[in-house]
Amino acid sequence: MSSNYSIIEIERLYYRYDREYVLEDINFFQPEGSFLALVGPNGSGKSTLLKLILGLLRPQSGEISIFGEKISQFKNWEWIGFVSQKANSFNTGFPATVQEVVASGLTKKLGLFKRMGKKDWQRVKETIDAVGLGEFYHRNIGELSGGQQQRVFIARALVSKPKLLILDEPTVGVDAKNIRDFYSMLDDLNRNHGITLLLVTHDMEGVSDKVTHVACLNKKMIFHGKMEEFNKLKADESSHLYGYSLPILSHKHHLEGAEK
Amino acid sequence: MIEGILQYEFLRNSFITGMIIGVIAPLLGVFIVVRRLSLIADALSHVTLAGIAANLLLSKQFAFFAGISPLYMGTVFSVAGALFIEKLRSVYKHFQELAIPIILSGGVGLGVIFISLADGFNTDLFGYLFGSVSAVGRTDLYLIILISIVVIMVVFALYKELFILSFDEEHARASGLHVKSIHFVFIVLVALVIAASMRIVGILLVSSLMTLPVAASIRIAKGFKQTIILSIIFGEVSVLGGLTFSYYLDLAPGGTIVMIAVLILILTMAVKKFSFQKAG
Repeated sequence: MSSNYSIIEIERLYYRYDREYVLEDINFFQPEGSFLALVGPNGSGKSTLLKLILGLLRPQSGEISIFGEKISQFKNWEWIGFVSQKANSFNTGFPATVQEVVASGLTKKLGLFKRMGKKDWQRVKETIDAVGLGEFYHRNIGELSGGQQQRVFIARALVSKPKLLILDEPTVGVDAKNIRDFYSMLDDLNRNHGITLLLVTHDMEGVSDKVTHVACLNKKMIFHGKMEEFNKLKADESSHLYGYSLPILSHKHHLEGAEK
Repeated sequence: MIEGILQYEFLRNSFITGMIIGVIAPLLGVFIVVRRLSLIADALSHVTLAGIAANLLLSKQFAFFAGISPLYMGTVFSVAGALFIEKLRSVYKHFQELAIPIILSGGVGLGVIFISLADGFNTDLFGYLFGSVSAVGRTDLYLIILISIVVIMVVFALYKELFILSFDEEHARASGLHVKSIHFVFIVLVALVIAASMRIVGILLVSSLMTLPVAASIRIAKGFKQTIILSIIFGEVSVLGGLTFSYYLDLAPGGTIVMIAVLILILTMAVKKFSFQKAG
């Protein structure tokens, strides 16, 4: 599935709030077409890393490139879809229909002062149908269930036809059955529509059969590689994989090992 | 009343102004309410009072200012207040609502000082606080028309940006929108609308015209566009109805306009309850 071209490349990235570093010496890349799970305990710097990738924060030292361009020069933000963790905690009384929320995903693509055309509305409709919410087109978003709302936010991210979709713990507050459907939908987007996925999650079990790559973060990049390698490592280090006690494999060391 | 409107320019001006603010106040009000910034309108209206008081004081000292409508100075103060609110919100990042009482009390404080220095302006003060049907002069009307054109054009041009900013600020940022600039433009528009609405509704009640029609509309509307349309209809009914009552019963229009808006709100709540019971 994945190619050699890296959509995201991060080198020697450091970031700190006040005096404390939340990200230290991060080296990371994500191949085009991959489905990568970014895991790590609370406070491990996952959200900070996402904010840096999305250009919401600026790196204090190190380099981030997106689609082969330095992030400071990157302009095509519509290539990146983002579903935030907070999306679920929006004001449910907000008077907006599913159609209006999804259409807002086209804001950047259309550009300043441009208004939605017939084709754009058609695209909105197709996207809403694609996530299985066709019948709720004109419904206020607050009237939908948690799982359905999550789909609305996915549709909003997908409507601009992104090449990379970033999801920050999207299944928080979604029940078990809907989570399975949700992962299947992500799998379909990745396999059949060629969208590169970066999923921040606590639920490694739920996605382990879907993802192609894994990155474990705890301020430093503890593991970064293909899923098979991760599984092998998991077998070797059957306990303590998820957190502090994993022997720190340097990113470089590990990748070199993987290439052999 | 029709003869009155045809006969007297002041009445004509008031009704035209009423029709305009019945559109622009609820239009911006929708964005204010959904962004939970309702109190900003109150803070800015009190700053506008300071501007008007400043003008009245200056006009006692300098003949030049006597020829200028206080509305212009009020508008300048209102916009300056909006800019200051933004500055305070960035200084107190974790206590953003602090900006509102600071600006509000600062505006009243400054206004009271100007009023005292000018030895009061008793007759006018009531009109400024609660609105008046006879207060809109021709130059005021020109300014109000200009403000409304600017407001409607900007909202039309930046509609999708304002929507995304209101619904999900983080998403707006992640989409690469320059959130700060858009918010800045928005807050200046709010200041302009407050200045424009003030003569009819009065300083103390101007924020109600931005919030009450929206509060009613939000109960029954499907979607954002419909919320805007219903808010404008409710705003328009309140202003025109309020002005009519005010004219016939010789009451301050601010009061009659707000009471009609409250009545509409109660009606929509009752309708919603009734339709729920019917559905249930």
